Amino acid sequence: MTDPYIILPVLLHLLTAILLIFCWKKVRAQKIISVAGNLVIVLLAFGLWMKVWNLGILTMQGGGWEAPFGITFVADTLSATLMLLTAIAGLAVAIYSCAGITKNRIQYGYFPIVHFLLMGLNGAFLAGDIFNLYVWFEVIIISSFVLMTLGGRKPQLEGAINYVTMNLLASVIFLTAIGILYGLTGSLNMADLSIKIANIENRELVHVTAILFFVGFGIKSAVFPLYFWLPSSYNTPPSAIAAIFGGLLTKVGIYALIRVFTLIYIPDSFLKGVFLFVAGATLVTGAIGALGKTDIRRLLSYLIICHIGYMLAGLALYTEQAMTGALFYLFHDIVIKTNLFLIAGLIYKIAGTYKMSELGGIYRRYPKLSLVMAAVFFSLVGIPPLSGFWPKLYLISESLNSGSYILLASILIASFITMYVIAKLWAEVFWKEPMVVTDLKAAGFDALSNFKKQLLVIPVIALTALTLYMGFGAQHIAVLAERISTELFHHQPYIDAVFEPKN
Amino acid sequence: MEFLLVLLIGLLYASGTYMMFRRSMVKLLLGLILIGNGANLLIFLVGDINKGNPPVIPRDFSSLQGVYSDPIPQALILTAIVISFGLQAFAIVLLKRVYLVTGTDDLDQLNSDDQDI
Amino acid sequence: MNSIILRTASNYLLPMLILFSVFVLLRGHYEPGGGFVGGLVAAIAFVLHSFAHGLKETRRFLRIHPGVFIPIGLLLSLISAVLPMIGGQSLMTGLWFNEPVPVIGLIGSALFFEIGVYFVVFGVTLTMLFTITESV
Repeated sequence: MTDPYIILPVLLHLLTAILLIFCWKKVRAQKIISVAGNLVIVLLAFGLWMKVWNLGILTMQGGGWEAPFGITFVADTLSATLMLLTAIAGLAVAIYSCAGITKNRIQYGYFPIVHFLLMGLNGAFLAGDIFNLYVWFEVIIISSFVLMTLGGRKPQLEGAINYVTMNLLASVIFLTAIGILYGLTGSLNMADLSIKIANIENRELVHVTAILFFVGFGIKSAVFPLYFWLPSSYNTPPSAIAAIFGGLLTKVGIYALIRVFTLIYIPDSFLKGVFLFVAGATLVTGAIGALGKTDIRRLLSYLIICHIGYMLAGLALYTEQAMTGALFYLFHDIVIKTNLFLIAGLIYKIAGTYKMSELGGIYRRYPKLSLVMAAVFFSLVGIPPLSGFWPKLYLISESLNSGSYILLASILIASFITMYVIAKLWAEVFWKEPMVVTDLKAAGFDALSNFKKQLLVIPVIALTALTLYMGFGAQHIAVLAERISTELFHHQPYIDAVFEPKN
Repeated sequence: MEFLLVLLIGLLYASGTYMMFRRSMVKLLLGLILIGNGANLLIFLVGDINKGNPPVIPRDFSSLQGVYSDPIPQALILTAIVISFGLQAFAIVLLKRVYLVTGTDDLDQLNSDDQDI
Repeated sequence: MNSIILRTASNYLLPMLILFSVFVLLRGHYEPGGGFVGGLVAAIAFVLHSFAHGLKETRRFLRIHPGVFIPIGLLLSLISAVLPMIGGQSLMTGLWFNEPVPVIGLIGSALFFEIGVYFVVFGVTLTMLFTITESV
C-alpha cells in the first residue's frame, strides 16, 4: 500500500534539526525543541507501527516515480519496529542529555547533530533502494563523526581516528559492492534486485558482491575480526553520545545484514559457514575481551561486540526460528545497550570515575537506583524470565536442531562470561566498600537540582521498564519477532508491495 | 578505453590499500581518498561507456533513440563525490586537530591512554 | 597575499562570479549546472576575496556568519520537498507553474529545492574554508 505517512519521522527529524540550528546558541530553547521533537516522533513512530501491524507493508515512491526507477521507501514490520525503538531510545537520550551534556557541547551543535543521526537511522530502516541505503549510512557516519569528536579532548580525537578510518573504508567497500551489483543487474531497487539476482549467469561475481556487502556491513556492526575500532572509540565521548552509538549504530549494520541476506542474497552453504564461524568468533572474542577490563565503558564496549554475535548467529543458522531469536535479541539489545551507557554515565556522575577499582558503595548510597540498575544487569545476563533469556533459548534450541555444536558452545561460553563480568561489575561498583571520591568536579550528582536529577534518572527507569516488559511480556515480543521472521523468509509480499501498480 | 579504466581502477585500489597500511596519518587519508576515487571510477566503468551518446531525448521524439549511455552511474558518482567531499573535509580537519593535540603524525604513537588491558 | 593585481581583480571578479553562480543555478534544469555547482562557485568568489584582502575583510564584507545560510537553505529545500505531500502527492514530486517566466523559464518546486541546495553548499563550504584558514 502506498502511504506517504511512513516518511514523516525522517522529515520531522530534519525539521527539528533545522529549528535547532536556528537556535544555535540558545541552550534552553534547544533542549525544549529537541525533547518536544523526539516526543512527537515517538508518537508518529508508534502510529506508523500500528499502521504497518494492521495494514501490512507500506511503501512510498519518491517523487512519484514508480519502482524500480524511482527511490522507494518501504516500511515492513521490521523497519517499523526498529523505527519505534529508535524513537524511544532517541527520546530517552534527549531527556538525559538535557542534564548530562555540558552547555559547551550544546553550543557546538550537539542536538542538531543528534537529530541528523536519528534521521539517518530512520532513513536507513526505510530505504528500499540499495544506493539510498548507502546515502543514509553516510548521513549516519558523518553525524557520528561529529558527535564522536565534539569537545575535542585528546582521547576522543585519538579514538576518532580509528572510528573514522574504519567507517570510511566500510563505506568504500559498500560502494564497490553496489557498483559491481549495478553492473551485473542494472538495478538498485532491493525488491527488483531480489528477482534479478537469481537469474545472473556469473555466480562467482554474485558471490564476490555478497562477501563485499558482508565485509562492509561487518565493519559497521563490529563483527570478528573487524571490531577493533569499537572498543577504542566508544569509551571516549560523553555517555549520552555513547548510548546512541552503543544502542543504535552497530544495530543498523545488523539490520542491513539481515535485510540484504534475506531479500537480495540467499546464503549458500559456504556463506552460512562463514557466518557461523564469524558469529562464534565474535561471541567468544568479545566475551574474552570483556574479561580483563576495569573501566566500565570499555567493558560495555566489548559486551556490545560479544552480543552482536547472537544476532549474527541467528542469521547464520538461517531458519525462521533462529531469525526470530536474532530479532528478539536485536530489540532487546537496542533498549538495554542504550540504557547501560546511560547507567554508566549516571555512575560517573555519582562517583566521578569509570574505573571499577575506584568505585564502590553505590548500593549503600542509592539503594533504589541500584535496584533499577540491577534489573538491567540481570536482563542483560538473561536470568529467566528477563528479556535476555528468551532470544538465547531460540538460538540454543535452533543450534541444537541444526547440529551446530561449536556455535552452541560459543553461545554458552559468551553467556557465562557475560554473567561473570556483570557479577564482577556489580560486586565492584555496588557492593564493595565505598571509595573516597577522587574527582569532585565530575562527581556532581548530589549537587544537582532535583529536576536535573530526575532528567538523568527518568530515562533510565523508563528504558528499564521497557526491558522488563520485554522479559515478562515475552510472548508479545515473540509474536512480533515471529511475524517479522516470516516476512523476511517469504519476501514475495515485500516485492509485491514495492511493485504494486499505481492507482 | 575499458581496458585502460580497468588498469586505472586496479592501480587506485592497490595504491590506496598500500597507503592505508602506512603509519602516517596523512598517507592513511590519501589512501582512503584514492580508494574512494577507484570506487567511483568502478561505478562509471560498469555503466557501459558509450562515447558521444548522451541520454538526452531529441527534440522531435518522446523517448530515447538508439544506443545511449546510462545516466544512473553518473548520478551515483555525483552523489558519492558530494558525500566524500564532506567526509574528506571533516577527516582533514580531524587529522589536523589530532596533530595539534598529540604533536605526532605517527599512528603508533596514538591511543597513549590505552593502558587498560 | 599582498598583491595589488589580485586585489584589484578580485574586486571585479566577486560580483561577476556571484552572477555566474546564479546563472549556473538557474540553467541547471535543462543543461549542466544546478544548486551544488552554483553554491561552490559563489563560495569560491568569497574565498578569492579572502585570499586577496584577508579573512577579516571578507567577514566584514559578508556581515553575517556564512553558517546562517545552512538552516535557511535546508528549510527551503525541506519545504519544497514537502509541498507536494500537502496536495496528496508523493514526497519531492515536481510541481510546476504553467506559464514560463521570462529569462528563467519554467518555475517548479525543483527550482526552490535547488536554491536551498545552493544556500547550504555556499554556507557549508565557506564555514569549512574559513574554519580551516583561521586555525592555520
